[in-house]
Amino acid sequence: MADEPLILAMCCHYCAYAAADLAGSMRLQYPGNVRVLRLPCTGKLEVNYLMAAFERGVDGVIVAGCLEGGCHFLEGNLRARRRVERARKLLAEIGLEPERLEMFNLSSAEGPRFAEIVTTMVERLKRFGTSPLRPDPTRIERGVQEMNQQAEAMLAGDKR
Amino acid sequence: MIVADRKKIPQIRDMVKNHRRVLLVGCGTCVTVCLAGGEREVGILGSALRMALRLQHHDVVVDECTIERQCEDAFIDILAQRAPEYDAICSLGCGAGVQALAERFSNIAVYPGLNTQFMGILESQGVWTEKCSGCGNCLLGEFAGICPITRCAKHLLNGPCGGSRGGKCEVNANIDCGWQLIHDRAGKLGILDPFEQIVPPHDWSTGLDGGPRKVVREDQCIAGLGPKS
Repeated sequence: MADEPLILAMCCHYCAYAAADLAGSMRLQYPGNVRVLRLPCTGKLEVNYLMAAFERGVDGVIVAGCLEGGCHFLEGNLRARRRVERARKLLAEIGLEPERLEMFNLSSAEGPRFAEIVTTMVERLKRFGTSPLRPDPTRIERGVQEMNQQAEAMLAGDKR
Repeated sequence: MIVADRKKIPQIRDMVKNHRRVLLVGCGTCVTVCLAGGEREVGILGSALRMALRLQHHDVVVDECTIERQCEDAFIDILAQRAPEYDAICSLGCGAGVQALAERFSNIAVYPGLNTQFMGILESQGVWTEKCSGCGNCLLGEFAGICPITRCAKHLLNGPCGGSRGGKCEVNANIDCGWQLIHDRAGKLGILDPFEQIVPPHDWSTGLDGGPRKVVREDQCIAGLGPKS
């Protein structure tokens, strides 16, 4: 697994997260390289989240939001796309391939598309190779787990 | 407010790459509002700079902090204890902030992370435009509230010139002709008559041509803590 790409998928609660769940329910096979991080909406995404992920050494990031026009909060996914574009420009300035970051739009009914997106990204990142910023693998796993826990804690806080 | 934008990351990387410990310092006023140098931008640049340095195998520690206002020494106090731990500071303040930090920390290299652009306003979300050149002798009252020095590419006080076409400037078709704006607004206000008079040359001695300027309010000065000569 050490040479396999590690991907962080930042998924909207209302679409891609449900699509990932559906992919599981449908018993679809897709590469196990992806770690899913649930966002209340991709509009919650900030450029510094993306920078933090790459700084911790993930090989690629998928941002997955609702179909355009279908955002639960009207335009969160449109804002996310602009932020992703800005982050891609930053990656190019830094010296990383901007294609390591990509935004996709899908609905909660598209489990197979989620599997397809992950497969596409894994193939692309295998071509790019491991991120030159990747520390040892256990540290990455810990970093992703920490981010997950922080996000879940924030969501739990929102519900109260 | 003062409007600025960030320098390119390779340029900032090359400025700091030979240092060991660098402190990125943001500013909580103008540059926060124009999304160039506030706490969030410091965070983004911090990550980006660490990555850019690591990719070129430069072993530099980059830490981040943001203070309320860089252009006042009292607010820089908060850095007094922390700054000596670093051999360079990269300021995400305007040019005034960078120089205030350089004056305060005489033994630490200080670099600008931003290009300070102009004094302007928020035209629409994400778009800022220049409105004031800080000439030290405001003429807005005589030009219907629109500055001919800033808004006319040629700084004409007796405009428009022959390059005004359809309300646009010959310098750039995306720029409104400042003098067209002045005439349109003065016409609406019914104050066009004064424009028949020739306006004498502007007194630039109050501007930057007279050297760096200083404003002194003697009633506000504290005895023994007067302005530096």
